Amino acid sequence: MAANLPTQAQVQGGIGVTEPHTTHDEHALHDDHHHDQHWLFKYVFSTDHKVIAKQFLITGIFWAILGGTLSSLFRLQLGWPESTMEWLTPVLGKWVEAGKLNPEFYLALVTMHGTIMVFFVLTAGLSGTFSNFLIPLQVGARDMASGFMNMLSYWFFFISGLIMFISIFLETGPAAAGWTIYPPLSALPQAIPGSGLGMTLWLVSMALFIVSQLLGGVNYITTVINLRTRGMSMSKLPLTIWAFFLTAVLGLLSFPVLFSAALLLIFDRSFGTSFFLSDIYIAGQALPNVGGSPILFQHLFWFLGHPEVYIVIMPAMGMVSEILATNARKPIFGYRAMIGSLLGISLLSFVVWAHHMFITGMNPFLGSVFMFLTLIIAVPSAVKTFNWLATLWRGNIRFTTAMLFSIGFVSLFISGGLTGIILGNAALDIQMHNTYFVVAHFHLVMGSSAFFGLFAGVYHWFPKMFGRMMDEKLGYIHFWLTFIGVYLVFLPMHYVGIAGFPRRYYAWTGFDMFSQFADLNKFISIAAILAFFAQFVFVFNFFYSIFRGRRATENPWRSTTLEWTTPIVPGHGNWPGEIPAVYRWPYDYSKPGAEEDFIPQNVPYSKTTSSNLPYENENE
Amino acid sequence: MHSSELEVLKDREPALGTHPLRVLLWLMMISSTMIFAAYTSAYIVRREEGNWLEFALPGGLLYTSIIILISSASIQWAYFAAKKDELRQVQTGIVITFVLGLAFLVGQWNVWGELVRNKIHFGGVDANPSGSFLYVLMGVHAFHLVTGLIFLLRVLRKSFNYQVHSRQMLSIGNVTIYWHFLGGLWLYLYLFLLLNH
Repeated sequence: MAANLPTQAQVQGGIGVTEPHTTHDEHALHDDHHHDQHWLFKYVFSTDHKVIAKQFLITGIFWAILGGTLSSLFRLQLGWPESTMEWLTPVLGKWVEAGKLNPEFYLALVTMHGTIMVFFVLTAGLSGTFSNFLIPLQVGARDMASGFMNMLSYWFFFISGLIMFISIFLETGPAAAGWTIYPPLSALPQAIPGSGLGMTLWLVSMALFIVSQLLGGVNYITTVINLRTRGMSMSKLPLTIWAFFLTAVLGLLSFPVLFSAALLLIFDRSFGTSFFLSDIYIAGQALPNVGGSPILFQHLFWFLGHPEVYIVIMPAMGMVSEILATNARKPIFGYRAMIGSLLGISLLSFVVWAHHMFITGMNPFLGSVFMFLTLIIAVPSAVKTFNWLATLWRGNIRFTTAMLFSIGFVSLFISGGLTGIILGNAALDIQMHNTYFVVAHFHLVMGSSAFFGLFAGVYHWFPKMFGRMMDEKLGYIHFWLTFIGVYLVFLPMHYVGIAGFPRRYYAWTGFDMFSQFADLNKFISIAAILAFFAQFVFVFNFFYSIFRGRRATENPWRSTTLEWTTPIVPGHGNWPGEIPAVYRWPYDYSKPGAEEDFIPQNVPYSKTTSSNLPYENENE
Repeated sequence: MHSSELEVLKDREPALGTHPLRVLLWLMMISSTMIFAAYTSAYIVRREEGNWLEFALPGGLLYTSIIILISSASIQWAYFAAKKDELRQVQTGIVITFVLGLAFLVGQWNVWGELVRNKIHFGGVDANPSGSFLYVLMGVHAFHLVTGLIFLLRVLRKSFNYQVHSRQMLSIGNVTIYWHFLGGLWLYLYLFLLLNH
């Protein structure tokens, strides 16, 4: 289809790169064309992957602030269950009744916090930003395989977010059945107000979100396998690209399953089917639905839900690998093992979903199979962790803000990962499942870790995005407040959880045995709210630096990957002339014998004879 | 596909012999497959739990299956014709495929009518998941088939603009692959239902 117009056929003839002159002229035309573009198509309905990445990032920041605000609100309730919330009436309106937060609204807050953070921030905001931004730049492509579909991906996400945002302001409140929307609670509008229109909008919004993810994902995969520049074999790809690639594969295979589940739930809610409903009495009335199985929903949901946590964490892993190597001035330790462990994690992520369902009364034998598979994930995770630590070992470490956040990521991933080994055991999980231990576990290992990866990525690639640097001092303040804050929030939460304090509840003041945790809960709330406010240091730094930051140089971190060979602010098409060819892997840092402590991927071996290893020559 | 796409695609240097749009198509078919994999495994899991209404599959499904099989042959014929630059045959093949696709949809609609007459309802008081699943499988497949019909029309339009011939096989190739996929998907669902209804 590409060669629709006769002129295009000629242009395609010029692709062979043998005639740089042709390519250059063609590009001059190309650029002119874009100067003439209407601003609406340049900045809003843009098909340029870099603009789309920024759109995802800024939308993600908006959602993260909202998600954080919601968590601050319910932490107020959890920390001070007895006190009056009258002062929140101007914000929350009728959801504060006689000085108390409405319990239904508490559930809605938790649900929205989870949905927003998992899907809108850490899936769309993270992959959407960095897969879009880095894939074409790092593999050496002019843009994504289909710029049009890429644009659609953002706008589907935007509309999906708009619908979710509107649902927060409904008379009956937004969805309130948890981000996992288990039926029958989510299926029956008469069960709670949050299962009414709010739930309908949640499902519509998520259906559009899935479309957005698939449109984006197929593009990422196609670009990686199809549009790599000359010499960029799969074994020369930066680990970021491997991570984004496998993340997209996971999304491609798991989001359709969530779509299936959501569709069946929509039918149950609005068309009288009974896929997930059976033998239910509600308000003393028997429902006609017979034959459904709510456990079936959990299976379908977690078949997405578990890969989803890797969709959240793998891009962060990739970026952290890249940033650690760059700032330790050392090759990443175990490049192939890093790829292998990403592959291992991707594969295993599809066969462990039922460890979220140990307490559904599943067959203990089946439980032990899932337990076994779950614990195996510790192996590739440990491979990655040791490789990160070995990369740091005796490195010439430069503590940039991005580096601090990357090291913070490794720390949080270890702390949160260790409790995963506990929760992966069916026998222990049954004890812990409904306590704050689980909340602490996943907030450390995927929530905070992925956020740290996101921050590391923004600080590191900001110069390439906006041509300016973010302020380093503000970055340090942001890092230390966040790093300490996160631990102050989630470490005590483990303790509260082990002691049996149950999650998902509005208040436990009626039970004396839990009153001893009141102080600790207050402490967690204060830490959480302070850590949330610390994020505004980042928000200020981000927006201030876009306009006023120190001007960046072409390659401020002295990094090896292709994006740093583009102009300071690359235009549409990324490279003004020919796309550079690639000759070496992306981690030639501090190579013995080399003139500098880094050799970019596009430098041929013939120019680095002093540092070449015996087998490194152009004929390869 | 889209004019804006042409613009960004023109100076690509594909690392792989396959055109990016072909790869996109394969990936989308994989994600569609996952939807049906989810439904058919949910179907089996649910059936094992009992309380499952047994009923005979409507006979009409056999005819619609035959129709979609023939349509696969006709699109393949159009594809071969394009390879031989027989433009008239290409257009005839696409039109035949389109008509057969429509006939398939009408046939499926009639099967739904047959189900309703037999009191197998999608939802409501007397609905059992066994019936509801049948509607969902057929409905979601029919939705995919509609996208296939739209795709056929686009390629047909291209063929009238002389953009489908032996040196421009991408779009006819893509629509042929997609149409075989839709047929294969339906045959899988039909066999699955025969074995598990």
